[in-house]
Amino acid sequence: MPYDYRPFDYVPPAGLREAEPRHPVVIVGAGPVGLAMAIELANHGVRAVVVDDNNVVSVGSRAICWSKRSLEILDRLGVGQPCVEKGVIWQVGRTYHREAEVFNFDLLPEDGHKMPAFVNLQQYWVEAFLVARAVELGVDLRWKNRVTGVVQGADHVALSIETPDGTYALQADYVVACDGARSPLRGMLGLEFEGELFEERFLIADIEMEADFPSERRFWFEPGFHAGQSALLHKQPDNIYRIDLQLGWDTDPEVERQPERILPRIERVVGHRDFSLDWTSIYTFQCRRMRSFVQDRVIFAGDSAHVVSPFGARGGNSGLQDVDALGWRLAAVLRGEAPAAALMAYDCERVHGADENLMNSSRSTRFMSPGAGVERLFRDAVLHLAGRADFARPMVNSGRLSKPCTYPLEAPDHPALPQAARPGSVAPDAPQGDGWLIDALGGRFVLVAFGEAPELPGLPVLRPQPNAAVIKRWLGSEVTALYLVRPDQVIAARWVSASAEEVAAALLAAQEGRT
Amino acid sequence: MSALITRPNIADPDGFYARLLATHKGLSEGQSHALNARLVLILANHIGEAAALEAAMVLARDGA
Repeated sequence: MPYDYRPFDYVPPAGLREAEPRHPVVIVGAGPVGLAMAIELANHGVRAVVVDDNNVVSVGSRAICWSKRSLEILDRLGVGQPCVEKGVIWQVGRTYHREAEVFNFDLLPEDGHKMPAFVNLQQYWVEAFLVARAVELGVDLRWKNRVTGVVQGADHVALSIETPDGTYALQADYVVACDGARSPLRGMLGLEFEGELFEERFLIADIEMEADFPSERRFWFEPGFHAGQSALLHKQPDNIYRIDLQLGWDTDPEVERQPERILPRIERVVGHRDFSLDWTSIYTFQCRRMRSFVQDRVIFAGDSAHVVSPFGARGGNSGLQDVDALGWRLAAVLRGEAPAAALMAYDCERVHGADENLMNSSRSTRFMSPGAGVERLFRDAVLHLAGRADFARPMVNSGRLSKPCTYPLEAPDHPALPQAARPGSVAPDAPQGDGWLIDALGGRFVLVAFGEAPELPGLPVLRPQPNAAVIKRWLGSEVTALYLVRPDQVIAARWVSASAEEVAAALLAAQEGRT
Repeated sequence: MSALITRPNIADPDGFYARLLATHKGLSEGQSHALNARLVLILANHIGEAAALEAAMVLARDGA
């Protein structure tokens, strides 16, 4: 059944009547990234104002594949459970060339994690859950509030905001721009994206139908039902399926978006006409980012900062990882516990993450939509061989799905400890009795100890039960270990043993963004 | 790590060369290019070593 869009109430903001006191943070954009940002800040004791020019959740499914890491972040924000319950859980992807399966992947082959590898859930559902949570936490959500001007001051940012009742001014210590790929704020500040724009067009459609497709990602190169092009199928909740069809650069988007063009194409994919079109869109590929995501007191997060092609589920997921890396730091700066320079660690880490996403995305795009000549020659050679020799199968690239990157930290490390838990990586989850290690870590600095742990004021110590999963993921062949874990559940430093001074130094470096 | 072998390493060079041409026999130029691309991928996988492959690509590119 199609989503029941209900507009949120516009309430005339106080600023229309009299000047509002300066806010610590104004978040521009109430998409998944802006909403998650507001909740994350609330969890760290900072009350943000969120302004959005619209008053409904996302129209169309848009971001649909939420990764394990995103689900862990959403869980910390209080909406993980509804997302997993509502969503379609999957972990296997299958890639076909013509009719034959040429490659498959399993994204979470091992047990012992609270969250699944992926759930498919339309962006509008995620936003609806986040809005409800934000309201619960008392976040100041302002619908139909459109930013029309921004001025960077020495110690604040001034925004002009247009509402149905007129214009008013807002001041904030910091502004977080979560206003999407076409970010008006980026434009107002005269900042630009750098990178590649691919000459390829895709048609994207949400269709509603009764069907029994498995909960897997399916991708076809040159399928019989869509000659010479490629196609992607994802199952979503409520009998909604998502289909992406490559159209080619020489097609006319205005012609292709007409239902009489779309319906026969979809019919060839699903084999019948017994479906209804819920939403369609036509998009081109971009793999671009801003040079720096921190622009004085305006900080960019999500699509406003970086955009990738959609085949790696790296848009929405990387936006939530931005929130993860920014929230605790911005809260600490606003509370006066960390220098403003700590925000540059957000820039450094998320530029690194964006570059990894851009690299993967560009490679997938080149494979899916090769340029004429040698790119096409090798792409076709790989597909030809994939059905005949195992070695070519991993070269088939229909998108490499989002995994959190490991930040390049210069921090104490002990190389004999498991590689997956090295500094800069997200702390690996493991079962803990009836619960999960990821929950026990919470959203604060914590010292995870196996064996002796030095005592530091204000640094809680967590002693996990050393079950098989914990030993494999955290200890390896060692018997003692100390891990300093950040509020975003990223490992800041680790030792087999350390003095209080060593841990304190690593803690201070992480807090001040010096790693 | 083994370096790229650039000294003669094929026992019967003339025989190999003839086999290579015979493999292409009857193919159009486009089909031959496609076959060569597949052959590159097959041989690259057989070699596997990143350093040897890198040296081979540099040598192949030299003078192009």
